[in-house]
Amino acid sequence: MPELTYGDALNAALREEMARDERVYLIGEDIGAGVPFGVTKGLREAFGAERVLDAPISEAAIVGSAVGAAMTGMRPVVDMHFADFVTCAMDEVVNQLAKSRYMFGGQCGFPLTLRMPYGIGKSAGGHHSNSVEAWFLNTPGLKLCLPSTPADAKGLLKTAIRDDDPVLVFEQRSLYRVTGPVPEGEHLIPLGRADVKRPGRDVTVIATARMVQVALEAADALAAEGIAIEVVDPRSLVPLDVETLAASVARTHRVVIVEEGPLTGGVGGHLAWVVMEAAFDELDAPLARVAAADVPVPFAPILEAAVSPQVSGIVAAVRRTLGLAA
Amino acid sequence: MDEPRLAADLYRTVLRIRRAEERIRDLYAAGRMPGFIHLSLGQEGVAGGVGAALRPDDFVTSTHRGHGHYLAKGGSLRRLIAELYGKATGCCRGKGGSMHIADVAAGYLGANGVLTAGLPLACGVGLSAKLRRTDQVCVAFFGDGAANRGPFHEAVNLAAVWRLPVVFVCENNGWASTTAFAAATAGGSIVARASGYGIPGLTVDGNDALAVHGATAAAVTRARAGDGPSLLEARTIRWQGHFEGDPQGYRDKTEVAEGRRSDPLVRLADRLRALGIWDERWAKETEEATLAELDEAVAFAEASPDPLPGDALGDLFVRPIGD
Repeated sequence: MPELTYGDALNAALREEMARDERVYLIGEDIGAGVPFGVTKGLREAFGAERVLDAPISEAAIVGSAVGAAMTGMRPVVDMHFADFVTCAMDEVVNQLAKSRYMFGGQCGFPLTLRMPYGIGKSAGGHHSNSVEAWFLNTPGLKLCLPSTPADAKGLLKTAIRDDDPVLVFEQRSLYRVTGPVPEGEHLIPLGRADVKRPGRDVTVIATARMVQVALEAADALAAEGIAIEVVDPRSLVPLDVETLAASVARTHRVVIVEEGPLTGGVGGHLAWVVMEAAFDELDAPLARVAAADVPVPFAPILEAAVSPQVSGIVAAVRRTLGLAA
Repeated sequence: MDEPRLAADLYRTVLRIRRAEERIRDLYAAGRMPGFIHLSLGQEGVAGGVGAALRPDDFVTSTHRGHGHYLAKGGSLRRLIAELYGKATGCCRGKGGSMHIADVAAGYLGANGVLTAGLPLACGVGLSAKLRRTDQVCVAFFGDGAANRGPFHEAVNLAAVWRLPVVFVCENNGWASTTAFAAATAGGSIVARASGYGIPGLTVDGNDALAVHGATAAAVTRARAGDGPSLLEARTIRWQGHFEGDPQGYRDKTEVAEGRRSDPLVRLADRLRALGIWDERWAKETEEATLAELDEAVAFAEASPDPLPGDALGDLFVRPIGD
């Protein structure tokens, strides 16, 4: 199996789906040149400027037009450039894309994929670093996935593009250069199927996207002291694979939930409730959460690290859950 | 189409919208319909003129004041009324209501509760037509107030720079909800903004359905030929308040009284007289047929079943979660 970066795996998914279905087109800012993360590089050359549309800096028109195209037979893939900028297209995502099928009484589908390059990385500051998935978890009508590996990135994006409903794909931008084995050709990962990234008997650590990588580092650190954590990646938040989460909890009886976004109102609060509902009797300790501090993401590297989840924070939460000194 | 036939068709359409809106007004006042209602009484000439310039396979995105646009686009009167009642037989199965009427098969891609939201959507519909190699056109209706939101500028710029087959139709009724046009809008007109984007702009008397039709037909022809979007500003008058029940304390009573002198329905009748083809018997039959259709639509809505409470959970996804 070839080794690809996360970014190149996404590129392969776009390339394959565009070749497979002529209704698929890409729209976004600077995507012809593959800026800023290289995910779309080479696609304009391969498929022409008509299917790789460099749009004006007009997020409302980019997303809104894609909604209009999706309801009339096309399958747009929108590049949000930075997920933070979705605030400039919030009506188009929340009021139009998410609600229209429902408000139309199910008359048509909205097969639109919204690629959301998000998250902390290299001191980009408060307007280019946010984890915004929680906003959309609270918006019925959207499916959400967050790939953590190159293989998952390819498989989930291909699935998203083929889905007849709107799917937001959250691509943690620090992962773009991470490499891993990626199956060639047809590789689809169904939404709603979690993946155990590392088995372990002592504590279940639920994490998505880059936080999976951080949790795996924590797993190595904890293994040195004889603690085996099980890292479970839901991969999609809507739909959510409750069964796999509950099965893991039934093995470990302890849970730590990790996310890159702020603690209050975050995804982890919802996951904690889901675990409690599905596996309350299995829990031997209170659930723990590791999340960013409730402040905007600051600029200076030392400040950025201070507010965002680190390996040490996960290690401490796991130890606490086990009744050990943090 | 020759003018006498077109004028007669427009008369029928404008009359149908007029009588429907009057009946909706009365039914709403009588408590038969839940929610908010925004009526297009006085503005029917715009809907009629635009609708007659479109093909059945063309598209429209509309506004909160959209009943007339829907009927003029070939919408179903009985499914409209049933939707206003919140019935399972409504065009959105009771999930939309007055501000969210949609009928995709009729090319009516939604009234909208968010002002200006239909303009970016229309760009995508036009882009879709282009990518699918059809010559379909999309009209985006909006009000003068909506022209002050950012997505208006984003959408008109995008349509212009990509030469999309979109016709932007502003219904300038002088009021953005309760705020007067001049108090909220710089530049004196909406149409002046067309030149900023290098596209044709035309002001038309919105109460003259024939003039609206002519201006729209020219813009549609241009869009269909691949020559890009146009912006029309139809000046018209809102006879009712912003919403039904609006006490309208902000507005001089003489405005509507004067506006009624430019009634689009009367003007079409006058035109038919000038063309020498006004026929009292035809007019009477048309009125009777319109009212009969309306009676039937109301009876259909009244007799229709309510949605089941469990229906509230359906229609969210094509492939529901858990399937």
